[in-house]
Amino acid sequence: MSVGLYGAYGGCYVPETLIPALDELAMAWDQVRGHGPFRDELDGLLKTYAGRPTPLTLAERFAPGKRLYLKREDLLHTGAHKLNNALGQGLLARRLGKRRIVAETGAGQHGVAVATVCARFGLDCVVHMGAEDMRRQRPNVERMRLLGAEVKPVEFGTQTLKEATSEAVRDWLATVESSYYLIGSCVGPHPYPKLVAALQAVIGSEARAQILEAEGRLPEVAIACVGGGSNAIGLFSGFVDDDVRLLGVEAEGAASLVRGRPGVLHGARSSLLADEDGQVLDAHSLAPGLDYPGVGPEHAFLRDSGRAEYFSVDDADALEAFRRLARTEGIIPALEPAHALAHVANLDAELVVLCLSGRGDKDLAEVVGL
Amino acid sequence: MKRLVIYLMSGAETPELAEAAVEGGADLIELGFPFSDPLADGPVIRRAAERALAAGMRTAACLECLAAVRERVDVPLVPMTYASLLEAYGYERFADDARAAGAARLIVADLPAGERPDLHRVQLVAPTSTDERLRLAVEHTDGWLYLVTLTGTTGARDRLSPELAGLVSRARAVTGLPLYAGFGISTPEQARAAAELADGIVVGSRAIEVAEAGPRALRDYVASLRAAIDAAVPAIIG
Repeated sequence: MSVGLYGAYGGCYVPETLIPALDELAMAWDQVRGHGPFRDELDGLLKTYAGRPTPLTLAERFAPGKRLYLKREDLLHTGAHKLNNALGQGLLARRLGKRRIVAETGAGQHGVAVATVCARFGLDCVVHMGAEDMRRQRPNVERMRLLGAEVKPVEFGTQTLKEATSEAVRDWLATVESSYYLIGSCVGPHPYPKLVAALQAVIGSEARAQILEAEGRLPEVAIACVGGGSNAIGLFSGFVDDDVRLLGVEAEGAASLVRGRPGVLHGARSSLLADEDGQVLDAHSLAPGLDYPGVGPEHAFLRDSGRAEYFSVDDADALEAFRRLARTEGIIPALEPAHALAHVANLDAELVVLCLSGRGDKDLAEVVGL
Repeated sequence: MKRLVIYLMSGAETPELAEAAVEGGADLIELGFPFSDPLADGPVIRRAAERALAAGMRTAACLECLAAVRERVDVPLVPMTYASLLEAYGYERFADDARAAGAARLIVADLPAGERPDLHRVQLVAPTSTDERLRLAVEHTDGWLYLVTLTGTTGARDRLSPELAGLVSRARAVTGLPLYAGFGISTPEQARAAAELADGIVVGSRAIEVAEAGPRALRDYVASLRAAIDAAVPAIIG
């Protein structure tokens, strides 16, 4: 029997070697995910170490005529929402007795979050990163090294997140008995999509309470950028049972939901950029965190069911939004959520909550160099 | 007699190479259908897949290659690939067309037992597999069981995995089906040691490297493996 399905998506498409570790992880998560000491410890860390709750900021000058609220994950420790997931999985890894953490990273935000958690918990950390991403996200490479992580360049194929993920899985395949694979998005084999979505749900639950407090009503739209889709799935989870439109924004050259087809990549069946033979195509985006030809299976399911809608934004529009948020609000966003910001102008909704998933310090060299 | 399985990547020279491998003593040919993101493979097979894809070896061309190999040799042929190709081609259609082109069975590296149970295929088990997983794989496998000798990807290693003996012993406890051991076997010495435990051995990465020097080199290499496994003395394992 297939497990971990979202409609026809998801599953566990990995070599047999990894199945027992995935089963063990699913069982451990089931034991701790409710109320109890694990949740208490995680909530404590999120509050006193990561800086939760993050604020909800009204952006009147960026979006005149609307009431656009930014969920400020850029203010979280390490500068992006990735830490929510890394802390939770770090605690799980410790519980499972694993001393070595292996991870992939694209923009470097997940890698920095994992390196941070490993430093805090005293765990060994190996981050696989495409050589092209190491070039364009130099500050994050330096941060990871400063935090004590080993950054391993991946120098074949696209040299970006797709290959980095494949190498992280191969590393885990060889070290599964001693290593924990700390995946960075709601992708991969069961139970990772479910686990990551649950750990990022804090974004949506906070945002829901905060918008109700600020406006006394729910937003018309909840919007977020989608690469693998973890910040979006976290935001959506707060509003999925309400009458709120859920919008995901992909990069034009990495629009696996807008233009993908069903396929299998990195352990799950989802919507992919692939050719008619099932060969995975290269994605292209200025934003390394969106530069991925796959997406979490739950998003493919939400798209097919019509519960969420997905759009794409090109590099130029994302850059324009990046610059405009800096000048109108004094907030430099990461290039990834700049895609969601760029789409706001197309919305006919007034009250909007947008997940500002990360800050743009890492992108300065790339943007200024353009 | 112990069985010798040689893995080759689909390509223009593959029918000739397969013929050489069989001349050298191969009992079965595994034929790689390349995938862009082969998670179970180490650098040698990954690079071979990249070259094959660059040369246009897509699913239809691989099926033609399979049929061409079928014309040259009469040992069983087993395509080995990844789920994404079947997803795109259609699982049932892939199985039908592969059989029509001469395939005896199929291996899909990223379809563990339990996933896509409708597709009949050779199941892989690994040193990490629990006894429960071994039983599930045995229940669903097609003809024989593929023992992944080590915890890791394909590719040559300095020594035969010490985990193989335990895996063979656990597998024998749940099945009488033939057990073929693969991953990390490259030298005649390793081949003989593995054949003393299992019923057959699979050699992939090293065969692909040797095949780059042409059919004659491949035939000689396969012959050296053949001689080694024919000299294997069955080990008594408890």
